[in-house]
Amino acid sequence: MSSSGFTLGRLSLSRRLQDRLATMAAAAAAVIVLTPLLAIFGYLVVKGVGSLSWSFLTHPPAPVGEAGGGVGNGIVGSGIILGIACLIGIPLGVGAGIFLAEYGRNRLGYFIRFTADVLNGVPSIVIGIAVYGVVVMRQKHFSAFAGGVALGIMMIPTVTRATEEMLLMVPQSIREAALALGIPQWRSTLSVTLRVATSGVITGVMLAFARVAGETAPLLFTAFGNQFWNTKPNQPMAALPLQIYTYAISPFDEWHRQAWAASLVLIAFIVGTVAMVRWIAGRGMLKGAA
Amino acid sequence: MLLCALSVLGIVALVVTELVTRSKLSLHEFGWKFFFSSQWDPVGGEFGALPFIYGTLVSSALALLLAVPLAIGVAVFINEMCPAGLRRTISFLVELLAAIPSVIYGLWAIFVLAPILRNHVQPFLASTMGWTGLFTGPKYGIGMLAAGVILAIMVLPIIASITREVMLAVPHPQREAVLALGATRWEMIRIGVLRNARAGIVGGVILGLGRALGETMAVTMVIGNTPQIVKSLFAPAHSMASVIANEFSEASTDLYLSAVIEIGLALFIITLIVNVIARALVWMTTGGMPVRADVQ
Amino acid sequence: MDCRPRHAEGSRVKTEIHVRDLKAYFGTLEALHGINMDIDHGGVTAIIGPSGCGKSTFVRCLNRMHETIPGATVKGNVRVGDIDIYGNGTPAVEVRRRIGMVFQKPNPFPTMSIYDNVAAGLKLNGVRNRKRLDEVVERSLKMAALWDEVKDVMKKKSGASLSGGQQQRVCIARALAVEPEVILMDEPASALDPISTSKIEELIYQLKENYTVVIVTHNMQQAARVSSYTGFFLLGDLVEFDKTEKIFTNPSDKRTEDYITGRFG
Repeated sequence: MSSSGFTLGRLSLSRRLQDRLATMAAAAAAVIVLTPLLAIFGYLVVKGVGSLSWSFLTHPPAPVGEAGGGVGNGIVGSGIILGIACLIGIPLGVGAGIFLAEYGRNRLGYFIRFTADVLNGVPSIVIGIAVYGVVVMRQKHFSAFAGGVALGIMMIPTVTRATEEMLLMVPQSIREAALALGIPQWRSTLSVTLRVATSGVITGVMLAFARVAGETAPLLFTAFGNQFWNTKPNQPMAALPLQIYTYAISPFDEWHRQAWAASLVLIAFIVGTVAMVRWIAGRGMLKGAA
Repeated sequence: MLLCALSVLGIVALVVTELVTRSKLSLHEFGWKFFFSSQWDPVGGEFGALPFIYGTLVSSALALLLAVPLAIGVAVFINEMCPAGLRRTISFLVELLAAIPSVIYGLWAIFVLAPILRNHVQPFLASTMGWTGLFTGPKYGIGMLAAGVILAIMVLPIIASITREVMLAVPHPQREAVLALGATRWEMIRIGVLRNARAGIVGGVILGLGRALGETMAVTMVIGNTPQIVKSLFAPAHSMASVIANEFSEASTDLYLSAVIEIGLALFIITLIVNVIARALVWMTTGGMPVRADVQ
Repeated sequence: MDCRPRHAEGSRVKTEIHVRDLKAYFGTLEALHGINMDIDHGGVTAIIGPSGCGKSTFVRCLNRMHETIPGATVKGNVRVGDIDIYGNGTPAVEVRRRIGMVFQKPNPFPTMSIYDNVAAGLKLNGVRNRKRLDEVVERSLKMAALWDEVKDVMKKKSGASLSGGQQQRVCIARALAVEPEVILMDEPASALDPISTSKIEELIYQLKENYTVVIVTHNMQQAARVSSYTGFFLLGDLVEFDKTEKIFTNPSDKRTEDYITGRFG
């Protein structure tokens, strides 16, 4: 007859309880976190949809006190400013990213990467101050161009990082194959490697774009905003986020309504961009920066 | 390519020089006193940044107090407890929070959050914890509390995202070691994962702090824009970023503008230090692999 | 040096392991095809076989660690002593506490001191008393033949700051501290240098006095050195299970013989 020394104790109540509580607390956290998200989107739709109309999207603001008007100039203005931002941010960002990926495994590269991180963390309003000093004060007036510069600068770190990461993911064998064929390095970088990494770079660019599309602070004293139609980049220009801000802090109910509607338009645009990014990243062979 | 890369350095150098040169006037006029004086009197030409520093620090601290437990909770839930099918949806939704522009947070905070605070939360806090002195005074809805809450919602995604990444970086054998000793799931998470990821989580929190410190639009829309230092969280206040947003264009004299820019310089330096510390901590835990920073 | 776990005076641990028709799955892939084995109490049982034969999976089924892998399942019966560890309502957490495990790659907790590493299991179980913790940590480190080397620094140095062999002995001490009756070892010395390996083998030889030890190894000489019984696994089946001496000198199955003589694996 064997008397086994092997017995199982009971898991103490306290430990079982803690396990249970931890699970509940974590689930509760998830619920609490998702509530504002749903609330924000919900309110945007409920409060904003009513004011959406073709005229809303195509007309500039009406004079105070009059009904109607819209954010047409803001939409166009944002488009122009963002266009300028892309002209600055994308080439510089991609170029820097290529440099870091191909030639950046040294101290200079490390330093540049660090600086890009620093730039990423600079509060957007501070960037606005700097661009004000460099561009607006020199030109003696606000302009869409200045706004574009500010937003373009903000795009650079994200685009740089995405480009570098994508290029680094390209298998070395492809690079070597190009070199073996006698193609000079810079050429192979541009035509071979970049092509392979393009989908990832595009997602990075789109993410940077979606981020700056919603930025208001850097535009406060660069593009400044504009009540009327303007498409000249050298003058103050309206932008959707700026208009939302102006309307939101105004004392007029009508403008509040328009603020919600304009926000709905803005968020639809941003979420649409982000969703597209995820879709491309999911489809593409190489994972995007998302 | 090299030029592009160098432009990054150039831009940062430019930002710094702009900030420094244009603050010179104010720096000379007030020296260190600037950061310890509470007098903000544009008319009289007296400028002290203390109320804004106070506002920035307190609103950010409040934001972290609220956001950190929730962010870690969500991260643990998504990584360890969530049914696999839900995982992608929930993590996508949390990241969506990061995509909402600051001005829209501000809009929602003015018209939805502030009334909720004014009508439900603030009376509750005043009646239960009013004795602390933190929840006294008129219940406007907007004020320091509102700023702290909206900031919490805004920094939560980045803290959660980094916490998730550093948790995933913990090697599997660590989890097994804890389980093999006879641990419950929570104990395994606590000892085998969270404990090992500590440094990285702290890094994520500090990164969130960096974000909160520099946040402008949502804060300026609900903090009340009143430069004062008051113990109660119900009171309106001001922050460094929001005073710049409000008064930069109004600055009528050179000294005034220089003072505002000096606040911008201070903000730049503070966020720089905070972000560098945060990056170092996160790098340490993920073994040097770059962490996604495109979550703003 | 008292190495005996706490039991009634004079009694020796009698913990047998009976495995009946054990099947293990990774999702739909059947990795173990119905294993039957009886492991006697006390002594060391070695599990040998070529890579991928299922020996690690088998041993991990003995303390219900296999099921912690997402999608992994177990069927069949494993009785340890009088208890069916897969029985309805048998808490896996408790099973794992009573059956200790040492892994192939040493995995001490890097954020804890050596002392805290060894005490980790005890603290999990609610032991707070300083004296008792000190006592058990000392005893466990002595059993792991590490006490003299670390006794002065164990509260200051981190668990991961030691050499590979020492780290593994910390892990062994950690496993011993919770006073299991059975100790499972999954290739405990394969990641170590020869000197550490021989120290670990010496340790195993001593542990056999008071514990039922099951050790997985791909090193046949090691199996021959430390174990009294050996089981040979091949492609998810237990091909042969017998006294170590017999397996290595006169195996009954040709496949065993082929493996032993190095014709494959």
